[in-house]
Amino acid sequence: MSKKILRNEAFQSLFASFICIILGVLIGYIVLLFINPTGAGEAIMEVLKNFFHYSKANLQIKNFGNTLVKTAPLLMCALSILFSYKVGLFNIGAAGQYCVGICASIFCAIQFGLGWLPCMIIAAVCGAAYGAVVGLLKSYCNVNEVISGIMLNWIALYTTNMILNNVKETTSPYTFHLNTHGEQAMLPGLGMDKIFAGNTYVTIALPLAVLTAVAIHIILEKTKFGYELKATGFNKNAAKYAGMAEKRNIIVTLMISGAIAALGASFMYLTDYEQWSCTSSAVPAMGFNGIAAAFLGGLNPIGTIFSSYFIQHITNGGAYVDKTMYCSQISDLISAIIIYLCGFVFFIKYTMNQILDKQEEKAALKEKAAAEANTQEGGDK
Amino acid sequence: MENQYAIEMLHITKKFPGIIANDDVTIQLKKGEIHALLGENGAGKSTLMSVLFGLYQAEEGIIKKDGKEVKINNPNDANALGIGMVHQHFKLVECFTVLDNIIMGVEPNKFGFLQKDEARKKVVELSDKYGLHVDPDAYIEDITVGMQQRTEILKMLYRENEILIFDEPTAVLTPQEIDELMQIMKNLAKEGKSILFISHKLNEIKAVADRCSVLRKGKYIGTVDTKDATIEELSAMMVGHNVNLHVQKDESVPGDVVLDIENMTVASKMHKNNAVKNVSLKVHRGEIVCIAGIDGNGQTEFVHGLTGLEPLVSGKVTLCGEDITKAAIRRKILGGMSHIPEDRHKHGLVLDYSLEDNCILMNYFDPEFTDKFGFLRRDNIRKYSEKLIEQYDVRSGQGPITIARSMSGGNQQKAIVAREIDRNPELLIAVQPTRGLDVGAIEYIHKQIVAQRDAGKGVLLVSLELEEVMDVSDRILVMYEGEIVGELDPKTTTEDELGLYMAGAKRDEVKA
Repeated sequence: MSKKILRNEAFQSLFASFICIILGVLIGYIVLLFINPTGAGEAIMEVLKNFFHYSKANLQIKNFGNTLVKTAPLLMCALSILFSYKVGLFNIGAAGQYCVGICASIFCAIQFGLGWLPCMIIAAVCGAAYGAVVGLLKSYCNVNEVISGIMLNWIALYTTNMILNNVKETTSPYTFHLNTHGEQAMLPGLGMDKIFAGNTYVTIALPLAVLTAVAIHIILEKTKFGYELKATGFNKNAAKYAGMAEKRNIIVTLMISGAIAALGASFMYLTDYEQWSCTSSAVPAMGFNGIAAAFLGGLNPIGTIFSSYFIQHITNGGAYVDKTMYCSQISDLISAIIIYLCGFVFFIKYTMNQILDKQEEKAALKEKAAAEANTQEGGDK
Repeated sequence: MENQYAIEMLHITKKFPGIIANDDVTIQLKKGEIHALLGENGAGKSTLMSVLFGLYQAEEGIIKKDGKEVKINNPNDANALGIGMVHQHFKLVECFTVLDNIIMGVEPNKFGFLQKDEARKKVVELSDKYGLHVDPDAYIEDITVGMQQRTEILKMLYRENEILIFDEPTAVLTPQEIDELMQIMKNLAKEGKSILFISHKLNEIKAVADRCSVLRKGKYIGTVDTKDATIEELSAMMVGHNVNLHVQKDESVPGDVVLDIENMTVASKMHKNNAVKNVSLKVHRGEIVCIAGIDGNGQTEFVHGLTGLEPLVSGKVTLCGEDITKAAIRRKILGGMSHIPEDRHKHGLVLDYSLEDNCILMNYFDPEFTDKFGFLRRDNIRKYSEKLIEQYDVRSGQGPITIARSMSGGNQQKAIVAREIDRNPELLIAVQPTRGLDVGAIEYIHKQIVAQRDAGKGVLLVSLELEEVMDVSDRILVMYEGEIVGELDPKTTTEDELGLYMAGAKRDEVKA
């Protein structure tokens, strides 16, 4: 009975993810011990506690809302990576596609004064177009998607800086607040702010991101399109042999991935929670954290919902680490260590199966010995 | 008593989920003998050898080398004991050269710098000595399956192993090459090397092996001296009943032209010359046309060009009156072309998909399997796959949900044959359809091919096995260096004559 559960694919993913988290926290703790042993225990607890840092229920819920606001874009980035990964493509360009989404949604909102829905749609279209570049290069010029993705990330970053320069404050590098310059583009909250103690940043973004995850799960597992995509991912020669249009599939996949990542950006920036700094010199980490979230979620869209939340939870929690004991980079470092360890899910699963195999072999041996003791083996039937 | 055995495997039992691969099997390999291991696909031969090679651990039983018990936990242990193996599915790094693959793991070096010249000399010597011709600088992904196997054999010879395991080594070789290999094996045995020769080809076992152990469905049946046993006896031991070794078929009644190829030329990936040069041929309804030839003479490229996996340089292909020269692969499939590919792992299957998902690989978009909203109809897929499994006797651990990767090679092949024939094509292209299969399965697949012919389909068979060519085909076309050099009638020609054409010693002007 219990063996069957241990062999269950879903249980294994869950279990492995859990082990990874514990390992990550442990190693993070050890690093903290090295830097400053007195505050280590407290610091790691702060990371894990996140919004429980506050004692008032009101503040807790409000800050829980903040974590959720940033979970939505992370989940979208993770889904973007997951989707192309199923087709055998590593869409590291998700970060750049996310950047394009930021650029499109903010610019359309402030410069053109468009509503939230058109802003979102335009962001998705731009992201898809950006993803298509990677796809075209891959399928027609055989350019590795990782190489072109990374280079396009930088192009996206500086293009975004350049374009959004037109809609920024005169005294700071940040773009205008939406609530003053583009209120019509802010995502509707549908009254969710009341649940989250007046946190107006909580919007339809989160439910939309969760719906996207469910939709991707259905597409991959239940549809003809998913069957084709996964076949291409597992064995592109067989896909070609079966007459699947692998070139078209690669392009379509990266377009969808790009659209998802860019939508994620609009989920973030159309809440007015953050503004873009036009002097940014690094691609937003969201796209890269998405890689860890996808793996921690066992490359399952539904699992990714929870892993994205967890990663955002500890990332936010890092901000509460006592800055008098540790330098300000420590929060990023600790979250990074935990996220890094999250990538070990498949290794843990593999080890688990190895151990189970050994145990099963032993059990079979015992069984056979018992059977032999009871009966004499007959001849050939 | 003096120990006469190089390797003994005593009472080995190995289980996998849902299947007992080896059930109390005992094999004793004498020093300097060639010992054949005979059994159908899925009889547990490969598993047993994997246990010996340290890839699997047996639950029960012991292994003795020179009379002393040894533990083999991984291939390194096996290597240290002088055991070398040529696997059925090669263990080669595709993007490395032949030489790199041969020296991998035992790279000669000075202070960490590779000494490839030394290695190259040794490899060239070995390949000259044994007639295993292969370009040491060619990349594995660019060379044919036959050459890849030669690389594997060289790898073993390079390591100077004492106990050599050949896992179905002749499956891809030509008759002449098989004769050469047999000679090599005999020489090796004479030099004191002990050889375990896994095969289900009775002729070869009879020709080369001293003794033969038989496995059936994981059980050990017995060991016989091959000189005392007849082929019929061996085959009865292997399958448990008598089998018909020859294909029964009536006279072919050719009808209309199904496939018309005019002046087809296909480029080569390996060299600058074209691999297929100006080939023209016709396949009629109700006939089996066989392309015979030694591996690497353009057959692979010919089929790839025909099926659309590779582009044509020039030429025209007509299927059932429709020009399909530039048609997409999907169009060709829907137009009635069925293709049993040469490499079942590379093209034929999505190994990480379940058996049922592989069953619908060519027609998953059919309304039977996909509804109008694009959702897969899982219940129909299950029903269809169960039908194929039942009808074509595809054996697997868990039925339709078995992951294709975990199935034995023969059953993987059966699944592909089932899928391709069941689509009811107009033209069946079968490339080495029985490669690596046992007698029972070969008989079955040959029957199916003949049944397709009798149902008025055109069959284009590409085979490297002389016996298959002579037995199954109605018309033989010999391909040599990318050209059709002869058209022969299997009823009037002999294997020797065919061999001469295949070797390029004889050629006719052929008008298709």
